[in-house]
Amino acid sequence: MKKIAVIGAGPAGIEAASALALQNMEVLLFEKSSNTLTNILDKAFLFPDFSLANDMVDKLNKKLLHQNITLHVGTEIVDIKQEGHEWKIIDKKGMSYIVAAVLLSTGYTPFDAKRKEELGYGIYNGVLTSLDLEKMIKYNHIENSMGEKPKRIVFLQCVGSRDEKSGNNYCSKICCVTAVKQAIEVKKLLPDTEVYIFYMDLRMWGQSFEEMYRESQEKYDVCYVRGRISEAATTFDKKIQFKAEDTLVGLPLKMNTDLLVLMVGMEASCGTKQLAKKLSIEGDYGFAQSLNIHLQDNETTSKGLFIAGSCKRPMGINETIADARSAALAIMDYVDVNQSNKESLADNN
Amino acid sequence: MSIYFSPFVIPFLIGVIVLIIICCIKYIRWYNQFDRVQKTVILKNIISWRFLSAIWETIMEALLHRKVFKRSFLLGYMHSSIALGWFLLIIVGAIESEIAIQTDKPFWIGIFYRYFVHDSHAFKHAQFFAHFMDLLLLYVLSGVILAYIKSIYSRIVGMKKTTKHVIFDTFAKFALWLIFPLRLLSESFTAALYNNGGFLTQTLGNMINYTVADVLEIPAWTLYSFALGTFFISMPFSRYMHIFTEVIFIFLKKLGVGENEQISGYTMFELSACSRCGICIDNCPLHKDLQLPGVQSIYFLRDLRYKRPREEIAENCLMCNRCVAECPVGLDLMTIRRQMRYKKDLDTHANYNYIENLQPFNSIGRIIYFAGCMSHLTPGIIDAMTTIFEKVDQKYWFMDKDRTICCGRPLLQQGFSIQAAELRRKNTQLIKQSGATMLITSCPICYQSFKKEYNLPIQVMHHTEYIHMLIKSGKLKLRKDDLKVVYHDPCELGRGCGIYRQPREILKTVTHLLKTKNEKEKSLCCGYNLGNTVINLEQQTKIRNAAMSSLRAKNPDLIVTACPMCKKAFKRASDFTVKDVAEIVKENIISE
Repeated sequence: MKKIAVIGAGPAGIEAASALALQNMEVLLFEKSSNTLTNILDKAFLFPDFSLANDMVDKLNKKLLHQNITLHVGTEIVDIKQEGHEWKIIDKKGMSYIVAAVLLSTGYTPFDAKRKEELGYGIYNGVLTSLDLEKMIKYNHIENSMGEKPKRIVFLQCVGSRDEKSGNNYCSKICCVTAVKQAIEVKKLLPDTEVYIFYMDLRMWGQSFEEMYRESQEKYDVCYVRGRISEAATTFDKKIQFKAEDTLVGLPLKMNTDLLVLMVGMEASCGTKQLAKKLSIEGDYGFAQSLNIHLQDNETTSKGLFIAGSCKRPMGINETIADARSAALAIMDYVDVNQSNKESLADNN
Repeated sequence: MSIYFSPFVIPFLIGVIVLIIICCIKYIRWYNQFDRVQKTVILKNIISWRFLSAIWETIMEALLHRKVFKRSFLLGYMHSSIALGWFLLIIVGAIESEIAIQTDKPFWIGIFYRYFVHDSHAFKHAQFFAHFMDLLLLYVLSGVILAYIKSIYSRIVGMKKTTKHVIFDTFAKFALWLIFPLRLLSESFTAALYNNGGFLTQTLGNMINYTVADVLEIPAWTLYSFALGTFFISMPFSRYMHIFTEVIFIFLKKLGVGENEQISGYTMFELSACSRCGICIDNCPLHKDLQLPGVQSIYFLRDLRYKRPREEIAENCLMCNRCVAECPVGLDLMTIRRQMRYKKDLDTHANYNYIENLQPFNSIGRIIYFAGCMSHLTPGIIDAMTTIFEKVDQKYWFMDKDRTICCGRPLLQQGFSIQAAELRRKNTQLIKQSGATMLITSCPICYQSFKKEYNLPIQVMHHTEYIHMLIKSGKLKLRKDDLKVVYHDPCELGRGCGIYRQPREILKTVTHLLKTKNEKEKSLCCGYNLGNTVINLEQQTKIRNAAMSSLRAKNPDLIVTACPMCKKAFKRASDFTVKDVAEIVKENIISE
């Protein structure tokens, strides 16, 4: 049985591992943290269908129960080397594993909002990230810094994405619809709270996103303002006061809010950055680079090294899972071809 | 006709006359272009103690080149040997001829003394003078030889990049390089004929055949005279105009004259006082990190002097003051940039209608806290300062908390001096009416503005000075943590206002301060300085990365700075921890 190493037990890693295991491959699945699916664990609902994130976590974790999969949690991979037709994987404790192919599914990390200090994250209690709000929604515990129900919540899009100043010129893709989703969820929980969304463009690219956006305005009365927020400060009553520009009206404005939610973008995770650099498959902004975005999106410049999911570029969960399956297919093809090559070599001898 | 005349003196004579006439015309014209204030300063201070210190400074800089010595010994030696050596050759030569010849003599006798006076025992100490003059000539020649070497291999004197010169400069430079070897040659020929040389010229003379010397003596002296004449005539049009102008400039500067917002005669003196030594090039971040050609102060002044200023060069400067700190002449380079950025035509008046509605807050018994626009983008600093004020029970008026007026300096740096003056007027009015006794700002840009561009009747402090004062007086008790930090000197606070000590002492109190390679005057600009609006974000990032890697060389736990702009620059696209001095202090306050 061929051994395959999958690095990173997020949705991509788990889905690919499960697909490979079903095809009779032995999968070593490595995860740096002590738990799988850490990026989804604190999510409440998934867009666009508002399904429970916990259901998704359970279903994915169940796939790991296959006998061909060995899960190594708390195991950080520090080096990957190609040795002939095989790959050698070395973890932090110095253990090494020999495998036939490697799948990198090391994923993303959310942008650290503290880097945009002008927005006050980490300084004022009323400033949150979208991740913090998601947790509040999950536990139905939305309150402002004084422990009261917020009267107004303002979302700010594109924090750390499409932002030359923080060095990320790309669009993180999922924040637009996440804000719409969270706005609706807030409205469902707190119908009397005013919700504003400050945006540059709203990119409703996926199936039924546009409908959600329309519904948020018609049914939930979410108010959209085109413009970015330049700076946030606090008022004497511990509210957040921010300055922005309404670019449709062409006027600067100042507004008070109980909560300011920063829709943080996706960046290549630390593991992605390090391993991509080590393996010389580093693309833009520290993400891993595939061979060809159209036809060989899971292959890399090294034979036997594959990539899947948001270690390549920002991706939603459904895309990630589809990508993981495609990676599993590419790996099976690779292993088969390798096998038959070896056999034909042996025959010739 | 004097017996001390020979036709070969004529080129020298023409040179001297042309030089004197042109210099006089230029200097008189420039003096007339001084404004009233500048003239008053000169007339008032010329009869004060400042006169003496100005003379002293002039000798130290124009002759000895003290600042160049500090930078590199060889470079200093090269400049001072030519300047001081030549000066002494002229003076000692004049003294020598004064003692030797009691009768009427022309002024050039000192220059061609050995040709006209053959008696090596003309007076009591004539031998001594001959040797001494040779020593001086050797001194100058050593400098000239260094200059030859520098033109081939500049790193020997500690310079990576040397100046690209205009044609006048090259012409004058070759004339200058020829003068002293030719003088050596001519005196050696004469020594060969009359045995009147010193230790150097006589030794050389003894090696020369008598007939050869007899034939070549006059041509050699003629060439020497030609070299002098050529140099003198090209001097006013080349960079060598600095030889005289520098002396006058350093004297005037020390006397207390300064630039104002418009080009004046003083600016003309500054332009000609630049010796185009090129020391500013190596240190300019735009050269060091971006390799931008032609924008450094040296080229900017040169283009301006030859009346072909280019606007894009005036605009392309970070105003980080690094070249000002290095300039051996001490030129006010930033003000000249600003003069060339002057934009009077742009009407922005309507933008400032709102400021008239602002009202002062009655701040009797309080201080004013002016955070600055940039601090509003780094609320951590404001948060730390307000915490500190509360901790020491200091009542304050947060002057720019809400309806902010800018201090005006960013506008001024971009050449909008009229608009900046409007803001300063309103701010001054608000500050005066408030009745506060002290103003504290968190932004070095505002600090420099309040200190230098405003004329406030109250004390102005940067928050590092204020915190330092609180610690010294025991009002603020701090614990020491075990973080290793480096301090980044902001351009505006360090080179701009000379605040180096206070932030360092604060950091020594609360953390372990590591030394870095580029400290104090030599600190690197973070690249996000408001002075430059031409370079793009990518270029700014390059400059920032260079500064950052220099700061991180010793693996500190965090970088500390005292400027919101620098903090933002370092924080923006990296995950390294950057804090303001105030934030570190806030974290280490001992609560009682």
